[in-house]
Amino acid sequence: MAATDIARQVGEGCRTLPLAGHVGFDSLPDQLVNKSVSQGFCFNIMCVGETGLGKSTLMDTLFNTKFEGEPATHTQPGVQLRSNTYDLQESHVGLKLTIVSTVGFGDQINKEDSYKPIVEFLDAQFEAYLQEELKIRRVLHTYHDSRIHVCLYFIAPTGHSLKSLDLMTMKKLDSKVNIIPIIAKSDAISKSELTKFKIKITSELVSNGVQIYQFPTDDESVAEINGTMNAHLPFAVVGSTEELKIGNKMMRARQYPWGTVQVENEAHCDFVKLREMLLRVNMEDLREQTHSRHYELYRRCKLEEMGFKDTDPDSKPFSLQETYEAKRNEFLGELQKKEEEMRQMFVQRVKEKEAELKEAEKELHEKFDRLKKLHQDEKKKLEDKKKSLDDEVNAFKQRKSAAELLQSQGSQAGGSQTLKRDKEKKNNLWLCTE
Amino acid sequence: MSKGLPETRTDAAMSELVPEPRPKPAVPMKPVSINTNLLGYIGIDTIIEQMRKKTMKTGFDFNIMVVGQSGLGKSTLVNTLFKSQVSRKASSWNREEKIPKTVEIKAIGHVIEEGGVKMKLTVIDTPGFGDQINNENCWEPIEKYINEQYEKFLKEEVNIARKKRIPDTRVHCCLYFISPTGHSLRPLDLEFMKHLSKVVNIIPVIAKADTMTLEEKSEFKQRVRKELEVHGIEFYPQKEFDEDLEDKTENDKIRQESMPFAVVGSDKEYQVNGKRVLGRKTPWGIIEVENLHHCEFALLRDFVIRTHLQDLKEVTHNIHYETYRAKRLNDNGGLPPVSVDTEGSHDSNP
Repeated sequence: MAATDIARQVGEGCRTLPLAGHVGFDSLPDQLVNKSVSQGFCFNIMCVGETGLGKSTLMDTLFNTKFEGEPATHTQPGVQLRSNTYDLQESHVGLKLTIVSTVGFGDQINKEDSYKPIVEFLDAQFEAYLQEELKIRRVLHTYHDSRIHVCLYFIAPTGHSLKSLDLMTMKKLDSKVNIIPIIAKSDAISKSELTKFKIKITSELVSNGVQIYQFPTDDESVAEINGTMNAHLPFAVVGSTEELKIGNKMMRARQYPWGTVQVENEAHCDFVKLREMLLRVNMEDLREQTHSRHYELYRRCKLEEMGFKDTDPDSKPFSLQETYEAKRNEFLGELQKKEEEMRQMFVQRVKEKEAELKEAEKELHEKFDRLKKLHQDEKKKLEDKKKSLDDEVNAFKQRKSAAELLQSQGSQAGGSQTLKRDKEKKNNLWLCTE
Repeated sequence: MSKGLPETRTDAAMSELVPEPRPKPAVPMKPVSINTNLLGYIGIDTIIEQMRKKTMKTGFDFNIMVVGQSGLGKSTLVNTLFKSQVSRKASSWNREEKIPKTVEIKAIGHVIEEGGVKMKLTVIDTPGFGDQINNENCWEPIEKYINEQYEKFLKEEVNIARKKRIPDTRVHCCLYFISPTGHSLRPLDLEFMKHLSKVVNIIPVIAKADTMTLEEKSEFKQRVRKELEVHGIEFYPQKEFDEDLEDKTENDKIRQESMPFAVVGSDKEYQVNGKRVLGRKTPWGIIEVENLHHCEFALLRDFVIRTHLQDLKEVTHNIHYETYRAKRLNDNGGLPPVSVDTEGSHDSNP
């Protein structure tokens, strides 16, 4: 398909010219490659699988290194995604590798929403790229591509068939990312069971319409090897970071009492095949498929969702600008309506508050009046009392002085007469005062 | 409305129409650096092979434009560059045929293959440039053509259902032929280069360099360089796009010493010292085209084809095209361009 692009253009009126000598543009792929090398490549892998299936160990084994991260527990409340970026350098090729791994997948009691965080993550990466592409001032050639290029789906080695969680998740992911299913911890299954398991898995995938990634067979140089590899899917892998001495070489292996499983032995597991396919043969194709198939699909859906179309029912090219203008006006109209609503609501609230406050004020005034009146009454009463008290005090004083006077007079006059006179005076006094 | 407002409005509109992406797990800002030399062979460098294979399968496009007054040897030079009859020489037309009244743009495409690499080469010729009595604004048709190619590409890129490989008709390189007067640049040359160096990669070339002696040649080149600098004309390789020190030193050397290339073109072969070489035969000797002592054709060819071909395409795509796109979207208020053609080359069903 791609090789005939040029051929098609030939048909459009270009003639093929023979060259009379060496021109030198066969160095063009080298120029292109050199430029890419200086910029560096990026590759993003996502590992999806239940907790404890050996995702981190497999990544460590694939890339011959110990990546960071502790093993996750089984008690995660929901599925989360953990992502790490590493800069690898081999000869003069620099690779920015991003590994995204699911944490807590398959651990919950209700797994209906387990696939959702993964799908959202994938969409978010596509969205970021789309936004960058749609910008006015953009820097696409130096943009760090964070779209996931391949998803390794880890299948638990039950030996029977795929779990329904696996089927559902893979069905949701197959249109968004290249899926390569892997049987994890495959040293738990014997050879005969393994072949049956693989057949069962492939048939289940086919019957459920899950599209897993097929290695490309259109390029002659890799067609043969890719074709045979396609038949070995899903790969049964064993990962290990421990090195053991076997024979006289140090090899990565897992030691059991009954023997050792060598990771790089093709008779023991398919790890070598996976590494070949993933890194050494098809890395570029994975990147291209992500960009040209999955990303374009996402972009098309997204733009159609927003209401853009290429042609309207009359097959006249629909103006992107018109649609855009229409959408924008619609949006502005909505915005204005919302503003109006809010303003109305605000005004109403203000009115209510004012009414409330007025009422409160009135009440306060009334209260104040009442209190004032009370206060005045009290005051009057007190004044009356005070007056009466004053009167009493005055009367008392008068009596006191009169009594004193009488006493002094009586002591001067002497005898009983005083008594009599006293009595008389006293009576007079009493009559006077009353 | 200020210039900045449509842009922000658009972004806001876009983000309203597009649901906000949920906060994705934070990617650490500084990636951990791992030296894999210590860890054994992983196989990452095979990606170079994979990429090379892929690009060889898809093939390349290259569009080169030649501009200059008639009779300067443009078609001959292009034929010499690509070692085949790419352009039909205009030497066959005689005076009875009309000289084009305005500048015409003729694009002819060929497919050439070498070493397994297929290239679709398009040579864009501009007969009539600088040939009239009044040459005012004769660069305008050329500028229009270049912008039209950018427009075509932009439209394809903005489509919803995009083609897998958008056909690239943008002009990657423009060879401007300077007449070898020996004095300095003509006003027409300066005007043309001033206008077009902003939209396309211009490589100035001194044509028919066999009319100058070595001293005249070097003096002329110096004068031309100086004049270009004085007028602020940035020809390819532009100083501002040098990416790293290595590029800079390499390009500086080319800029300071070799450019503009003084070339001689020929498609006739002669026998010199027992070898068959391309050359021009004169009574006083044979001028060998590919001999570096005679002329700088080999330098031009190596520069354009063998080392900087990909870079020419990339500068066109990443810088000139992006500038055009940004300007276009800004002028349109942040909206993609209106598609005017009703033919509709899309494969949609009515």
